[in-house]
Amino acid sequence: MTGPGAGSPLARAKRRAALPFLLPLIVTLLLVAGWPLLRTVWLSLTDARLEAGLAPHFVGIANYTYLLSDPEWWSAVRNTVVFAVTSVALETVLGVLIALALNEKMRGRGILRAAMLIPWAIPTVVAAQMWNWMLHDQYGVVNQALLALGVVQDPVAFTADPDLALWTVIAVDVWKATPFMVLLSLAALQLLPDEIYEAAEIDGLGPVGRFFRITLPLIRPALMVAVTFRSLDALRVFDLMYILTGNSAAAASMSVYARQHLVDFQDVGYGSAAATALFLMIAALTSLLVIAGRIQAAPEEDDR
Amino acid sequence: MTWRRTRRRLGRLLLALLLVVIFLYATLPFIWAIATSLRTGAALFDPSPFAALPTLDNYRSALGGRTFLRSIANSVAVAGSVVLLSLLIGLTAGYALGRTSFRGRRLLLATILAVSMFPQVAVLSGMFELIRVLGLYDNLLALTLSYMIFTLPFTVWVLATFMRNLPIELEEAAMVDGATTMVVLTRIFLPLLAPALVTTGLISFIAAWNEFLFALTFTLTDEKRTVPVAIALMTGSSAFELPWGQIMAASVIVTVPLVALVLVFQRRIAAGLVAGAVKG
Repeated sequence: MTGPGAGSPLARAKRRAALPFLLPLIVTLLLVAGWPLLRTVWLSLTDARLEAGLAPHFVGIANYTYLLSDPEWWSAVRNTVVFAVTSVALETVLGVLIALALNEKMRGRGILRAAMLIPWAIPTVVAAQMWNWMLHDQYGVVNQALLALGVVQDPVAFTADPDLALWTVIAVDVWKATPFMVLLSLAALQLLPDEIYEAAEIDGLGPVGRFFRITLPLIRPALMVAVTFRSLDALRVFDLMYILTGNSAAAASMSVYARQHLVDFQDVGYGSAAATALFLMIAALTSLLVIAGRIQAAPEEDDR
Repeated sequence: MTWRRTRRRLGRLLLALLLVVIFLYATLPFIWAIATSLRTGAALFDPSPFAALPTLDNYRSALGGRTFLRSIANSVAVAGSVVLLSLLIGLTAGYALGRTSFRGRRLLLATILAVSMFPQVAVLSGMFELIRVLGLYDNLLALTLSYMIFTLPFTVWVLATFMRNLPIELEEAAMVDGATTMVVLTRIFLPLLAPALVTTGLISFIAAWNEFLFALTFTLTDEKRTVPVAIALMTGSSAFELPWGQIMAASVIVTVPLVALVLVFQRRIAAGLVAGAVKG
């Protein structure tokens, strides 16, 4: 795979060294990922509760049957899917557009590129609180601006109105996560050689044609990877909903639902079932995306 | 010809306008948070930029609060230890995965990738149980340990890719001279890896600094809160009136160092995020 022939003394010496070098990683991953995941799956089949001293009993798939019959769970599933699809779609379109603008040779684009990183660097909790304040239904600057401009007659309860809460969360996520898309799109754009555009000029393609016929197909692989990462991130969303809308069912995600049952209602068995269901969904989607996008699973020789 | 030039100029102008809009979109919310943090009383609710002279009262009361300074210290301790531990483990594992071939290497890489896609909530109850068994509930070590689940995969992945691209002659020469693997790693690779270590370290630091779900669930007392939890749970003297000025002051305090780090190391961080995602 790498280096000299597998039989050389160097390769053998290195192979001997590999296991002790890997041991800390393997032990840590088993401890913080493998074991907790297995225990969560096991707990989801029991009636475990948070109070100490109660030995959990095996209850089979009872938690799951209840889960599938709970309308609030399905509303959490719907919220999560709507959130993930809408926010990732908006972030991708906005991210590519902004990356195209930042890729033009202009004075001050260095400052702009740095500014784009600010929303990414701000802790999600802080970003949520900032927007909570800006969107405050009485004193928020957004409402005051909308009132002053005559767009609305009465202040809008962005985070409390059940019809609006989810869209508000999406808007804040778009603000927070678009920079990630910009960054990855920009990196892909900068790898494109100028010559292909010269050829396009001869062919008489306009800017829009150039984008759809040349740029987009070329940055598509990188874009697919970015979309995959963002989608997986969006499906496990927790912080934004927790801070912006509390535990309001109108906008609760699957993660919020699972934690609420686990911690607030102390129902570890049932909460674990919800968490496991989310895990299975994400695992299925990941496999689909990996197969569809043929994302490479290892840093291999040929991509040096 | 002139029409073409006019059109070009118009295009440049539109682009410049677009860039200004993008700049404002990215920065205004944070600027508004800073503006709010400098106001108290009635001025807080006045949208005019000239409503009052700026005051540092909010900063005084945020920092003078019983536990906020403690929360900052907690966050520094947790994020710092997370960075050290994940770099240490990532360095040795990255070497094994990047420079040697052994059976099961691809499987291990695929597993690492899979772990990075775990939703945190999927391990929440199992992790909670583990932490209670280890006696680490309401202890900062619980956070250091649990944060490995999201910093390790990324760190190992980037370091392995980076080491794979270093020339083989380097270690061959050293090995011929009788150097052990550990010597090769610490004397030859470590200096070359400095940029990659800075990048992965920074990204791990930011991720640990910002984490909320585990910190909210695995700590209980105010003395053990990290910054995001402290800010999320900030309440005023009355339950109905949140101290927005103070919340914004606290937010600015914990964000300014982060934004400064990002601005100073922006190229590094951008390169690291791309390296972590490109091979995804």
